Amino acid sequence: MDGIPAYNYLSSPKGWKSWLLTRDHKRIGLMYLFAIMFFFLVGGIFALMIRIQLLTPNQALVKAETYNQLFTLHGAVMIFLFIIPSIPASLGNFVLPQLLGAKDVAFPRLNLASWYIYVVGALFLMYSIFTGAADTGWTFYTPYSTQTTTSVIATTLGVFILGFSSIFTGLNFIVTIHKLRAPGMTWFSMPLFCWALYATGIIQILATPVLGITLVLLILERLFGIGIFDPAMGGDPVLYQHFFWFYSHPAVYIMILPGMGIISETISVFSHKKIFGYKAIAFSSLGIAFVSFMVWGHHMFTSGQSELAAMIFSFLTFLVGIPSGIKVFNWLATMYKGSISLAAPMIYTLMFLILFTIGGLTGIVLGALSVNVHMHGTYFVVAHFHYVMMGGTVMAFLAGLHYWWPKIWGRLYSEFWARVGALLTFIGFNMTFFTQFILGAKGMPRRYSTYLDQYQPLHGFSSIGSFILGAGFVVMAGYLIYSLFRGKPAGNNPWGGLTLEWTTTSPPPPENFLETPKITHGPYDYDKVIADNG
Amino acid sequence: MKDNGNLFLPPGHSTIAPGTDALFDFIYYTSIVFFAIVVFAIVYSVWRFRRRKKTGLTSGVAHSTTLEILWTAIPTILVLIVFAWGFKGYLRLYIIPKDALEIKVTGQRWFWSFDYPEGATSVNDLVVPVGKPVKLLMSSKDVIHSFFVPSFRIKMDVLPNRYTMTWFEATDTGAYDLFCTEYCGAKHSSMIGKVRVVGEREYAQWLESSSRAGEGMSVEDYGAKLYAQKACITCHSVDGKASTGPTFRGLFGEQVKLEGGGTAIADENYLRESILNPQTRIALGYQPVMPTFQGVLKDKQIDALIAYIKSLKESGSK
Repeated sequence: MDGIPAYNYLSSPKGWKSWLLTRDHKRIGLMYLFAIMFFFLVGGIFALMIRIQLLTPNQALVKAETYNQLFTLHGAVMIFLFIIPSIPASLGNFVLPQLLGAKDVAFPRLNLASWYIYVVGALFLMYSIFTGAADTGWTFYTPYSTQTTTSVIATTLGVFILGFSSIFTGLNFIVTIHKLRAPGMTWFSMPLFCWALYATGIIQILATPVLGITLVLLILERLFGIGIFDPAMGGDPVLYQHFFWFYSHPAVYIMILPGMGIISETISVFSHKKIFGYKAIAFSSLGIAFVSFMVWGHHMFTSGQSELAAMIFSFLTFLVGIPSGIKVFNWLATMYKGSISLAAPMIYTLMFLILFTIGGLTGIVLGALSVNVHMHGTYFVVAHFHYVMMGGTVMAFLAGLHYWWPKIWGRLYSEFWARVGALLTFIGFNMTFFTQFILGAKGMPRRYSTYLDQYQPLHGFSSIGSFILGAGFVVMAGYLIYSLFRGKPAGNNPWGGLTLEWTTTSPPPPENFLETPKITHGPYDYDKVIADNG
Repeated sequence: MKDNGNLFLPPGHSTIAPGTDALFDFIYYTSIVFFAIVVFAIVYSVWRFRRRKKTGLTSGVAHSTTLEILWTAIPTILVLIVFAWGFKGYLRLYIIPKDALEIKVTGQRWFWSFDYPEGATSVNDLVVPVGKPVKLLMSSKDVIHSFFVPSFRIKMDVLPNRYTMTWFEATDTGAYDLFCTEYCGAKHSSMIGKVRVVGEREYAQWLESSSRAGEGMSVEDYGAKLYAQKACITCHSVDGKASTGPTFRGLFGEQVKLEGGGTAIADENYLRESILNPQTRIALGYQPVMPTFQGVLKDKQIDALIAYIKSLKESGSK
């Protein structure tokens, strides 16, 4: 073999059955990775169709009804099938037990079950496309969602099922972190990615059931007209919004916290420097998880809730922003006096820092009550959450993907092409979405299939940016796939990392470690240890 | 205060706008400073501490209570200022002047209608006097809509089960965009209009003339005007193309296939019924989404619309 260890989780055991019935967290993580990358592609195609439509003010591509289905599908697929499971279920699954020095997660069968549940949920969503995809927006606001003739039930049922997959993953990780740390690994010598997944797990378990209940109520409302959201029967459509955001705001942190965890790893490894403010970063994750449950009302500043409620939600919204700021400052301080390498994972990490900072700062604009009234429901909001979710989570996901890619496959990709891809992505992303801050502030509402002529130049520029962004991802897909066949063998530890996954072979054996790892140093002790690529 | 807008915000034309814009600017410039610090820190570190060859051990300094307190406290103080400032501005939106002129706003798919205290009505065209506070009492007849005038920096959701309120005082005459910003279905992006701010005198004239609308016009011409004014145009074409609703071209007198079987002749009574009780007999292949125009259109106006639809029968073939 060409430098790839013969005994590894990819090659043994063999046969398709050994994959579909596997209990190995690495294989399950990989199956998740394929699934979410597929849906990232699907959601991305929807996004490009949206941007083509908006090239001109008057329906360049499809009619209004179809456009409304497109942006609903883009949102639903990207959120429920890509970004929520993205980091935890794929990369988290793959590395969490290795970071802890464990053989597997606490409940391997449950882990496999959550993948199958994910697939069933995904099939419901795909099925809905062929039966008249929902046109409600991914938020399914009532009373529109109880009146439209599109297949809201298939879509929401799919999301309901996906929720269980998310809950099981969160539960599994929490128990794994509690019970399966290698001998000698204390809570405060865990890598920070584990803390992030732990905080994420708490939100997944506590918030997701509320979404499930909400969607069941919506389905009952549609099927039997129970009237809980129907004003004609004494119900209240705004109640739906409260229920929905009670999940969906914490869910934003389900999406971003794991990304922050990855950044805490990569910034330290590629700066070759002890992470600055370990405890501040760890506790800020828990702080975010806790406060995130109490800010849902900031999605509803113009929905007629009381001024007192608006005031409290605005206040808490500003508080929940502080821990994110603390993290950014600690990451920056980590780079100080380091030995910084600009390998691909670090480039994506720096992109994360820049884009997430813009996302965070524009969040302050939206948290300020009087300014929010102007910006709410416009492209400013669209730009803000794309900076946080795509500029934040997706960039962190890509940082993690490039960071652990050699561990997953045992091979290295081309650093040159990685830079080309990252540059296109960065330019394309900012062209697409920074433009939308301006569009939104100028008054352009979201979810419009047509628009007034005055917005055309900015929309056109944004669309061109999205094509460049798409090209960046095509380049990335190209060199990553190429590396699977022609990539140079990576060795155990190509980046000189100090966490436990780098002590085993690449790809690792099915049981991760041939003998139980001994903890001889902390995960970030770059002041004491130099790791070789053995 | 005259305001020409900036890179982000459009020019403001209400008494609310300067306060909102000042806070936006405060956040904007503070953010630029913070962003510059972050970018500088990255560029400086990446250059100054770039990896030269094989890496050695690095500094183990990884904690500083002073720094942690500093970069927690400074942003906290800043955001608390923003919070208090924002809340103060928000309250201004809720404290409606007592002498405000009250206009009833009704949102329905997919148009806005306005009822003025003097009895006048308009669709997608809100006419208000300059320099006078205007209170909007809003409700929806179907799903949730949201009333947004970017130039005034105001927005408020319009709900089916209760009234919501907002107010503004326009500072300059002109016509300003009005958008629906809560997604409401197929023609959401056509649920737009204008707020026309006019002088006191002009406003009085407009109120007066609206009660005499249609005078001195042929009934078909009046119908054609109403077709655009009352937003029929959003869903019904006059060039033969099907849209959200059937086209008006060649409609009159035709046999219409109905949802659920059966047919109807598109005569005066069918058209009148379709305007006032649109859900009764739906043309085959269309969604039952048309709102009722009961209360929006007067009898005379319905007559004129029917006359206009009639006139579209002769003037062209399919």
